[in-house]
Amino acid sequence: MLGLDSKDFKLLLIVAALTMLAPFILNPFPEGSGMAQFNAGYPDLMQRFVIFGIFAIGFNILFGLTGYLSFGHAAFLGVGSYGAMWMMKLFSLNVLPAIAVGIIVSGIFALAVGYVSLRRSGIYFSILTLAFAQMSYALAYSVLTPLTGGETGLQIKSTDNPLLSTIPEGEIGRASLFGLDMRASYEMNAGDWLFTFNAGYYIAALIMLLAFYLSIRIFRSPFGTMLRAVKSNQTRMYYTGLNARPYTLAAFVISGMYAGLAGGLLVAMDTQVGPERMFWTASGEVVLMTILGGAGTLIGPVLGSGVIKYMENILSKINKDILHEWFAFLPDGLEDFIVAIVYPFVGKGWHLTLGLIFMAVVIFLPGGLVQGGQKIARLFRGKKASEDSDEKSTQSTPAE
Amino acid sequence: MEAIILQILNGLDKGSAYALIALGLTLIFGTLGVVNFAHGALFMIGAFCAVTLSRILTLSHTVIDESKTDFLGNPLKVDVPYVYDFFGQATGDAIIDWAVPLSILFAIPVMMLIGVVMERGLIKHFYKRPHADQILVTFGLAIVLQEVIKYFYGANPIPTPAPEAFTGSFDFGAMLGFDPNMIIYPYWRIIYFIFAAIIIGGVFAFLQFTTFGMVVRAGMADRETVKLLGINIDRRFTLMFGLAAAVAGLAGVMYTPINSPNYHMGMDFLVLSFVVVVVGGMGSLPGAVLAGFLLGTLESFASMGAVLEVLPGINQIVIYLVAIIILLTRPRGLMGRKGVMED
Repeated sequence: MLGLDSKDFKLLLIVAALTMLAPFILNPFPEGSGMAQFNAGYPDLMQRFVIFGIFAIGFNILFGLTGYLSFGHAAFLGVGSYGAMWMMKLFSLNVLPAIAVGIIVSGIFALAVGYVSLRRSGIYFSILTLAFAQMSYALAYSVLTPLTGGETGLQIKSTDNPLLSTIPEGEIGRASLFGLDMRASYEMNAGDWLFTFNAGYYIAALIMLLAFYLSIRIFRSPFGTMLRAVKSNQTRMYYTGLNARPYTLAAFVISGMYAGLAGGLLVAMDTQVGPERMFWTASGEVVLMTILGGAGTLIGPVLGSGVIKYMENILSKINKDILHEWFAFLPDGLEDFIVAIVYPFVGKGWHLTLGLIFMAVVIFLPGGLVQGGQKIARLFRGKKASEDSDEKSTQSTPAE
Repeated sequence: MEAIILQILNGLDKGSAYALIALGLTLIFGTLGVVNFAHGALFMIGAFCAVTLSRILTLSHTVIDESKTDFLGNPLKVDVPYVYDFFGQATGDAIIDWAVPLSILFAIPVMMLIGVVMERGLIKHFYKRPHADQILVTFGLAIVLQEVIKYFYGANPIPTPAPEAFTGSFDFGAMLGFDPNMIIYPYWRIIYFIFAAIIIGGVFAFLQFTTFGMVVRAGMADRETVKLLGINIDRRFTLMFGLAAAVAGLAGVMYTPINSPNYHMGMDFLVLSFVVVVVGGMGSLPGAVLAGFLLGTLESFASMGAVLEVLPGINQIVIYLVAIIILLTRPRGLMGRKGVMED
């Protein structure tokens, strides 16, 4: 189906089902219950799940397939955001042209950066991309203020006059898709549960599915095989008469365009952008997402971005009182002791948990959470099946 | 003219910090071949050694001073640091005042220990893995270390002043025959520069003139052969990792009066230090030091008003720009050896 083999098609179907039903799946706890804070089914967070999923999928096409570790990928996200923002300010509040411009602008930027950076590999490539990203950040922050709004960033203001749309007097402009407001939500009450279906989320989710489908096609194409050849042995590739540069450059530009798409979508959802989106910690975050989920796997990056965004928004909200509530069933002394132990890892300290999980993944599971899942699945399937799958997995490890 | 001298001076202290961190990074890379993204965190931990020591020194207990009363007529409670009890008030005050320089003595063993534990506990397992994995695991370690520090010390910068004697500024211009107050330079920055020079000189002397250093240099050139000669090179390299950590830590200790330490200062320095190492040449110790001072000075020149008028914003990007040019035209860096990490 759709040019995919049955296994990949099944994966695509699963991802499609998960994203479409996300408002239900992410809201498993009834409103007002003690566990309600673990609900992630609100529009803002769901949008972030899929948008950063796109970002990580794109990063994975570069890092997962070719092994080039870019430490400046957030620059493309930022440039795409600025491009989309200006399109909305000047042309139309419709999101489609804005996103398209975001993709094009960051694609061109990625072409320029990639052309220069890909002359080196390994650590030098990482430093070069980092240097470019930091330069973009510094410029957006200072000199390019007329273009980027400097520290305050850009918003759609009532003084803006887009060519094709009008902003009502005294209101801020809202992004829309042919009149469908991105913030429009339909709320459904089912017993104690409250489910929110947000227009912006579904548009972002559909685009994410498309991006995911494209990445499967890239992974399975002869082009994807070439990229994997770059990773495993570039020298041998040269000796067979193939030049690796055009392939890696194409991968770099594609992954830059994915980042631009994510940036454009971010602007479409919250109609604002600031230079901090390009700071190198943002680049580090997408690296974390991809590695955590599993670099070189199809589903890994989406998984990783989901885990990190969930932790960032949910784990960080847990404070001491909530912990005391949870462990209230324990005797007092023990309760205080457990709370004292757990507290540094949640709330403001969620980065600590993230860092520890990340280190554990790099040390023990170089294939990320996906590899962990496979290992567990193998345990359950028993020994005979594991031997079979071992053989299979050695043949297709990088893409699995 | 005076503006130029001022910028050179300004560049020196920043350049000293770059040079010290880059020196440590290069020591680790040259000996163990590991790209250490956690090095900035070591710099930060060094700075927090100074914070810790000054907190330990000001630990106090409350005594009731019968001779003074508050406005209600009750005896006043006074916090008395323990050092007063041990050394008397005058000496105690002096010790607290000199907390930052004293932290050097405190930081050296602590940082050596952290370095050795880090190498034995974590980095050792990553020699055989690709550079990307080393970058990633040390990046994760850096996050963990800075979060631990944030947990214990909070997210705000902690002012840690230099000793009273060094708080003033030195009128450099008057000495050279300019008008007074044209070129003034804080004493502590001079101290920082001298300190950095001593440390750098010390490391080079250690590598150049001791038997231990000779073996390490031999190991850097050809690890296998040194091993075949029956020398336990791994243990020496572990110690070098500790030394590199100590250098980064000392750079951090002495930097605290210039910039109040906060938990993410290491990361801010790390990105620039990597650029410095690459410009100087991966694995070249003199290159790292030279590039550190060069780029520090360049950065301060770029932030001169006259330069900014011609090229606005150049001060923000000049280091990266230089790095890009160097990497593209001379990938082994200013003083890198031919063939080392040159691809």
